Amino acid sequence: MLNSFDILETIKMIEDEHLDIRTITMGISLLDCISGDINVTADNIYDKITRKAEHLVKTGEDIEAELGIPIIHKRISVTPIAMIGAATDATSYVPLAQALDRAAATCGVNFVGGFSALVQKGFAKGDEILIRSIPEALASTDLVCSSVNVASTKAGINLDAVRMMGEVIRQTAELTADQQCIGAGKLVVFANAVEDNPFMAGAFHGVGEADCVLNVGVSGPGVVHSAIRRAGDCSINEVADIIKKTAFKITRMGQLVGSIASSRLGVPFGIVDLSLAPTPAVGDSVARILEEVGLECCGTHGTTAILAMLNDAVKKGGVMASASVGGLSGAFIPVSEDEGMIHAVNEGSLYLDKLEAMTAVCSVGLDMIAIPGDTPAETISAIIADEAAIGVVNSKTTAVRLIPAIGKKVGENLEFGGLLGSAPVMEVHPFSAAKFINRGGRIPAPMHSLKN
Amino acid sequence: MRAMLTVAGKDRTGVVARISNTLSDHSVNILDIRQNIMGGDLFAMIMLVELDGCDISFPALTAQLEADGVELGMKVHLMHEDIFNAMHRI
Repeated sequence: MLNSFDILETIKMIEDEHLDIRTITMGISLLDCISGDINVTADNIYDKITRKAEHLVKTGEDIEAELGIPIIHKRISVTPIAMIGAATDATSYVPLAQALDRAAATCGVNFVGGFSALVQKGFAKGDEILIRSIPEALASTDLVCSSVNVASTKAGINLDAVRMMGEVIRQTAELTADQQCIGAGKLVVFANAVEDNPFMAGAFHGVGEADCVLNVGVSGPGVVHSAIRRAGDCSINEVADIIKKTAFKITRMGQLVGSIASSRLGVPFGIVDLSLAPTPAVGDSVARILEEVGLECCGTHGTTAILAMLNDAVKKGGVMASASVGGLSGAFIPVSEDEGMIHAVNEGSLYLDKLEAMTAVCSVGLDMIAIPGDTPAETISAIIADEAAIGVVNSKTTAVRLIPAIGKKVGENLEFGGLLGSAPVMEVHPFSAAKFINRGGRIPAPMHSLKN
Repeated sequence: MRAMLTVAGKDRTGVVARISNTLSDHSVNILDIRQNIMGGDLFAMIMLVELDGCDISFPALTAQLEADGVELGMKVHLMHEDIFNAMHRI
């Protein structure tokens, strides 16, 4: 039998330190649902999803009970809908979003991702129609998540798409203003989007993927935090080592759950995404890990360095623990979903500019950040362009999920409740970037030599 | 399948008896048992059990053992053995 310490350690991680499987996400290709008539396509989408994911939630719940490990979300990601809708002559893809929403509700999952378009180099027929459909699609559905990839290291930054997304984010927030602008919380703008990400709102099922796969996202900021606290005074390389070992254990659990779920569902196992995904619960925060390492408050000088170490150590620990690591893998730094980040903003320690610097070394980007309701669309676009530039030049995924808080100012809050938490409205720069954004065109791809 | 059963709390009489009675009532075989008193009066017991002959479902057995735990004033967990092997063995 294993030694008692190891057994009790595992139980403590789950009971006291919020260790969980954050999501099992079934990726489903919709390429065989394409037809020339949007209503037929919508029916095909509903039929395929409900057939493939019929047992997803039940299987997840069974495994949860047997292993004694919480599996928080069961979700679905699909092929970017812009490709699926393109064969029709429809001028709006809202009916496809509604088909996704109905299918998700029937399956009992809590989100479906993939109302998406990939436009890093230009717009194909369905792309612009999809992007223009986003505000209404997100306002008229509950479970659909949307993402648009506007840049990549190989293609550069599509500034026309960036401009469009600034407007779309504003419109989406305006249409859901009576629900704390939550529509914008379900919309991500990416640079270098990955095709096997199981986490929402940015999950979609890439065209290079198999017909149906199962991806798993594990979490555990609380476990890492406690391990560092227990270590007490030690050097930073010892801290990195502790994080690696902890990430290894967390990821092994994800690998186990993923392999059991994939064999029971008869679906190939895709990847484990080993991300530290915080929740608003006390003791489940990435910001508090940074503080435990030695910051008075997250956002102060030193934050970027510690986050870089954390993000790297999580990957190093996880890579050996899983047969296939993928997705976004690293540390997420959403503001509204992290108790410590919210605290740091309210203390006046964390600003948008520091968050932007942090995104150069974290696993994704500017995430779940409320900005003043009167922020112009061009300013939102400029924030997206900056963030995309960081991703493109550093060959990493970056993303922007900003929520214009319609009718609210700095000092007020958006209250989403649940795992989405509460977002303090953060200040943006008052000076305009409209001339730059309105130039349009594409920022060329960067050099891949002469790196400095 | 095999599962790991842990019982922890303030030491008292009848803990092993109560838990093993429930297991025996449902034809669960105890393969290994280990108990410690840690730091004065903190009782910790770990059992490795075989569930192949168990006459009720895993969640039902978990619920019954947790109910025993509530009456004993102890925390009881029943978890699949694989989770511990995955986490602690390479």
